[in-house]
Amino acid sequence: MAVLLLALAMAAPAFAQVTVEKPAIPLTAEQEAHLAELLPDLRCLVCQNESLAESRAPLALDLKYEVRGLVASGKSSPEIKQYLVDRYGDFVLFRPPFDPRTWLLWLGPFALVLLALLVLMRQIRSSRRDAAAAAPKPVDDAALKKLLDE
Amino acid sequence: MRYAIPLVVLGVLLAFFTVGLKRDPRLLPSPLIGKPAPAFSLPVAAFPNTDAAPLKLGNAEFAGKPYLVNFFASWCAGCQVEHPYLMTLAKQGAVTLVGIDYKDADADLRQWLAARGNPYAPILVDLDGRAGIDFGVYGVPETFLIGADGRVLHKHVGALTPEAFERDFKPLLGAGS
Amino acid sequence: MIPELGHFALILALGIAFLQTVAPLLGYQRRDAKLLAFAGSAAQAQFFCIAFAYACLTISFINTDFSVAYVAQNAHTDLPMVYRVSAVWGAHEGSLLLWMLMLSGWTFAVSVFNRRIPAELSALVIAVLGVISTGLLLFMLLTSNPFDRLFPVPMQGRDLNPLLQDFGLAIHPPTLYMGYVGFSVAFAFAVAALITGKLDAAWARWTRPWTTTAWIFLTLGITLGSWWAYNELGWGGWWFWDPVENASFMPWLAGTALIHSLAVTEKRGLLKSWTVLLAILTFSLSLLGTFLVRSGVLVSVHAFASDPARGLFILIFMAVVTGSALTLYAWRAPKLATVGDLHLFSREGLLLLNNVFLVVACAAILVGTLYPLVLDALNLGKISVGPPYFNAVFLPLMVPLFVLVGFGAVVPWKKGKAGETWQRLKLPALFAVAFAIVVPLALHGQAALLAVTGALLGAWTIVAASQDVWRRIRAKPSLVAGIASVPRATWGMTLAHAGLGIWALGVAFVISYGFEKDVRLAPNATTEIGDFTFGFVGAQEAKGPNFTAQQGEVTIERGDHSVTTLYPQKRFYPSQRNVMTESAVDATLLRDLYVSLGEGFADGSWSLRIYVKPMIRLIWLGGVLMFFGGCLAASDRRYRLARAADRKLALDGGTQAA
Repeated sequence: MAVLLLALAMAAPAFAQVTVEKPAIPLTAEQEAHLAELLPDLRCLVCQNESLAESRAPLALDLKYEVRGLVASGKSSPEIKQYLVDRYGDFVLFRPPFDPRTWLLWLGPFALVLLALLVLMRQIRSSRRDAAAAAPKPVDDAALKKLLDE
Repeated sequence: MRYAIPLVVLGVLLAFFTVGLKRDPRLLPSPLIGKPAPAFSLPVAAFPNTDAAPLKLGNAEFAGKPYLVNFFASWCAGCQVEHPYLMTLAKQGAVTLVGIDYKDADADLRQWLAARGNPYAPILVDLDGRAGIDFGVYGVPETFLIGADGRVLHKHVGALTPEAFERDFKPLLGAGS
Repeated sequence: MIPELGHFALILALGIAFLQTVAPLLGYQRRDAKLLAFAGSAAQAQFFCIAFAYACLTISFINTDFSVAYVAQNAHTDLPMVYRVSAVWGAHEGSLLLWMLMLSGWTFAVSVFNRRIPAELSALVIAVLGVISTGLLLFMLLTSNPFDRLFPVPMQGRDLNPLLQDFGLAIHPPTLYMGYVGFSVAFAFAVAALITGKLDAAWARWTRPWTTTAWIFLTLGITLGSWWAYNELGWGGWWFWDPVENASFMPWLAGTALIHSLAVTEKRGLLKSWTVLLAILTFSLSLLGTFLVRSGVLVSVHAFASDPARGLFILIFMAVVTGSALTLYAWRAPKLATVGDLHLFSREGLLLLNNVFLVVACAAILVGTLYPLVLDALNLGKISVGPPYFNAVFLPLMVPLFVLVGFGAVVPWKKGKAGETWQRLKLPALFAVAFAIVVPLALHGQAALLAVTGALLGAWTIVAASQDVWRRIRAKPSLVAGIASVPRATWGMTLAHAGLGIWALGVAFVISYGFEKDVRLAPNATTEIGDFTFGFVGAQEAKGPNFTAQQGEVTIERGDHSVTTLYPQKRFYPSQRNVMTESAVDATLLRDLYVSLGEGFADGSWSLRIYVKPMIRLIWLGGVLMFFGGCLAASDRRYRLARAADRKLALDGGTQAA
């Protein structure tokens, strides 16, 4: 929808974009499944934040048709993605490629879980040691007041 | 010390945000820069002569000296904005201006140019937007500078301004030969 | 005249907010009870000023006073009355005023319901809230004044964005803001505790109901947003991992972690510094969300007019508020370190594990949301991080969380026993396994991995969570006595956890067994999806109060009998020349049938999007259950808040104690 708003806003001079009716591209059932799997991973470039599967923007429809043609000609998903990346850059991929730039993105969260669990374990172990060593000490009011007055 | 970690993380984030504020997240760099321009062969628009013979022009016809490829359309608001400057550029004659009329009706194009003048050397017609896809066009107007050797030297998204032309295009005009 | 009064009220509020900040801080330093007591009066006065300003803007909208620039941009004489009222928060300036109204409202509430809180703490909390008020009011008056006049006065307004002309979206932002802003109270409690250095179980008990209340609103706001997007965006999705959604989901995850860690701090006096940090982070993530939405640094479906000047202001504001809180934290938190015996296999241990997964999930979303911005800032190119990434990272992190929820309700505080736990959980576990195998097969004839996992985790969460309540009720002689014996907090927890389980069921089933079809149909043509036959009768003109529409008619049959007829619309709003899709849905608990209109063609045929969405209602039902669970928990007897009448008494008593 956001796209429709955009398209119409651009149409202000009263001329409208032409949509050429293109011949239908028939797909086999497997190809349909391939296409359905592929489209959510591809970003509509003119929309705010929608995939080609969702968008109805004219450019998205053109690209969808293009991708459909590529699927029909038997291209694999990596080939089709490369075709689009060659033209529009990595921005077109909703699933960012795994490369040195994105190592942190893909691995970061799982590294963080491990780190957090490690810290948690150490915390628990030290808490038992401390608990055995000392009873809780009340907060020293006078010292705090001194700190605040400074 | 570990109690200061959140503060450090915040500092890093704020630094990135400060840089991010100055960027336009919608502006995409073209992966075509430095690569040979996509092959195109498009029919010439029937303007200004309505009875001109249908003729196709492609990369080969423009090779040898730098030229601008300007994707535009009569329905596009940004194209209206840049149009007067394109007229100036055409008068200066510094560079060949190839217009590609993107997904536009022939009658609309004629009416639009008749009212505003024609800055383009030839106007080619990309009725179904295929050439646009090959050039990675995602929003008209977009302007490409193609060098004498046929490589893409620069891409400008949005209305072309004198500042952008002087800054980004002019220094490259001599390059690529 | 009315807009000027509103503008003046805002300026007055700014002055009061400044006093509201300075007086209590001075009072705290000098141990001056009068200055401390001034905090409450200032908070109340500020609230009345803001409420007055808000009323002024609302009146300008009702009168469609186009001499006010903001009204001219967001109203139209054809706009129905209900949307004139909701248009007040339809764009940046007014929604900021709504933020302010809520912030001052929350502050007002703190100043009223503070009977059990020491006067010192309550005054400091109000002072911290005053800092936030001062910043936001400055922001509004300097960059985003909703009362700016427009000259010459236009004859007609530009109208409210048609997207927002929907009841769901009209109430979605206020609910969401109530949540965002509500976390400022927990934030203020945390900062106040860092200032006084007094952080104990009582502090946690005072902070909990405020936090839970904010969480309730955020939960409802997110659920409403999801439901709205499903109905209005026309492509059957219920969550898109859009930056703006992430901006609301991050504080939700952090807030959920906070609610749980507050429980540990209240019951065992542990995790103090962690709880304080979470309280700071939760509100800071709300601020971050505001920054992301309004500064235009990310590409998102929400189209607030982005303005770098505003972005810069929020950035500075965030740096001041979060930065000073975290500096205070770095300085004072080491003193909050607690000593206590902590076992992993105990309720507090499991709650800590729950915090790990919630916070890491939150961090993952933060990383995914900001990664494009970071790479771009480093000149490493533009990438997109979309739903495929978030699903791949977020869902695995949720699995251990669901497993934990089942244990959490059963394992006792301090130290759990494996044998006892097994005794209590073996039946729920068995039930969950059986459910996960039988239900997907029975309903859909095939066992998709995701559906089985979701059913397993969902059923496990629901049954294990209900276990505690079930045992308490059984221990009583009668059902009524049993139900009455269960504390509201326990009911709330159980309901919220069951809601989570139901949500998981919905998610797993809708992803695994949904059908969708994008199809072009000529009038009277049909198409088959799943067991259903969708027949397109045709499309006709229809008219609304401020739009015209093409209305399609789609009949749906299953086997030989008719299920329903749906009327999806494609609306055209002339005032902004906008086109909107209005999808049509036939809903039951087990499945939704969803049709939206695409493009019409000259020969009378239309492209249609048709979806069959099994159990998608469970997703929102789960959210609503969490909402009710939160309501019950926040209204538990322990927290039942003091009435206004008792306030003065409490203030006097508190001051003497200090």
